[in-house]
Amino acid sequence: MLRLNTEHLDAIHRHAAREYPAECCGVMIGRDEDEIKRVTEVVPLANLRHDGARAQEFIPLEDPGRESERNRYLIDPHEQLRVEKGARARGLAVLGYYHSHPDHPARPSEYDREHAWPWYSYVIVSVEKGTPRDSRSWVLSEDRSAFLLEQLEVEEAGAAAAQSY
Amino acid sequence: MAVKVIIPTPLRQYTGKQESIQLEAGTVGEALTGLTTRYSDLRRHLYTDEGKIRSFVNVYLNDEDIRYLSKEQTPLKENDVLSIVPSIAGGASSLSFAQDSNLRCICS
Repeated sequence: MLRLNTEHLDAIHRHAAREYPAECCGVMIGRDEDEIKRVTEVVPLANLRHDGARAQEFIPLEDPGRESERNRYLIDPHEQLRVEKGARARGLAVLGYYHSHPDHPARPSEYDREHAWPWYSYVIVSVEKGTPRDSRSWVLSEDRSAFLLEQLEVEEAGAAAAQSY
Repeated sequence: MAVKVIIPTPLRQYTGKQESIQLEAGTVGEALTGLTTRYSDLRRHLYTDEGKIRSFVNVYLNDEDIRYLSKEQTPLKENDVLSIVPSIAGGASSLSFAQDSNLRCICS
C-alpha cells in the first residue's frame, strides 16, 4: 500500500496541470514500513524528453517521429542520484515515481511496463484537457509480466482520517 | 581497492535488504562482476543475456556517469562509491499495436 496525504496529491496534480499537454514526472520519498510505503515528500523533476537529443544518451528511442514529451517521460539519472543521496542522508528512501498521462487513462501502457522496475510505486495521473482527473498507483509484478494496481491511501494533511482509492 | 556499491531500493530485495555493499575491485566492471557473483539474482536486472550492462541501468562512480568515463574499464580508487541508478521512463501510449492488457488488481 502507498500512503500519502492530500498535500502530496495536490502537489502532483498541480505539477500535472502545469505541464499539460506534456507529461510531468517526479519522485516520492519516504519510509518503507513493512507493508506500507509512507510518502513524506513529493519532488517534481524535469521531463528529459523535452530535450530529445539528451534523452537519447540514456535510452534508445523507438520512433523519434512519434515520441515526445507529450507521450513519454524520462528522468535525468543524475537528478535521481542527487535526490537519492539527499533522501538517504535523512534516513529516507525513494519509494516510487509519479507521471501524468495527458488525455489518457491513469493506467500503465505497455511502454510503461517494459521500462518499469519491481518494488517501486508508479503513480499515474490522468489529465483531461488540462484538468487532473484520476490517480492510481501501480507496482510491477515480480516476473515483470504485469502491472498490479496498488492500494493508494490518501490522508488529510495533518489528520488521521484516510480515504482509499 | 575497497569500494562501496549503493543499491537502489527496488534491487535491495536481492542483496538481503542491504543498501550498500563493500567489496574489493580494480575497475567498475570487476566491482559489478563481484556484486553479481555474490548476489546472483541481481545479474538479470543489471545485465542483458549477452552480458552487457542493460541500457536502463545507469552506473555512477561518485558523481560521474561511467558512460562518460571509461565505462566498465574505469579504474577505481580506494573508498570510491559506485551507485546503481535505474532509468525511470515511461509514457502514455504504446507505439505498437500490442494490447495494454497486462493489468491486475492487488487492492485489499
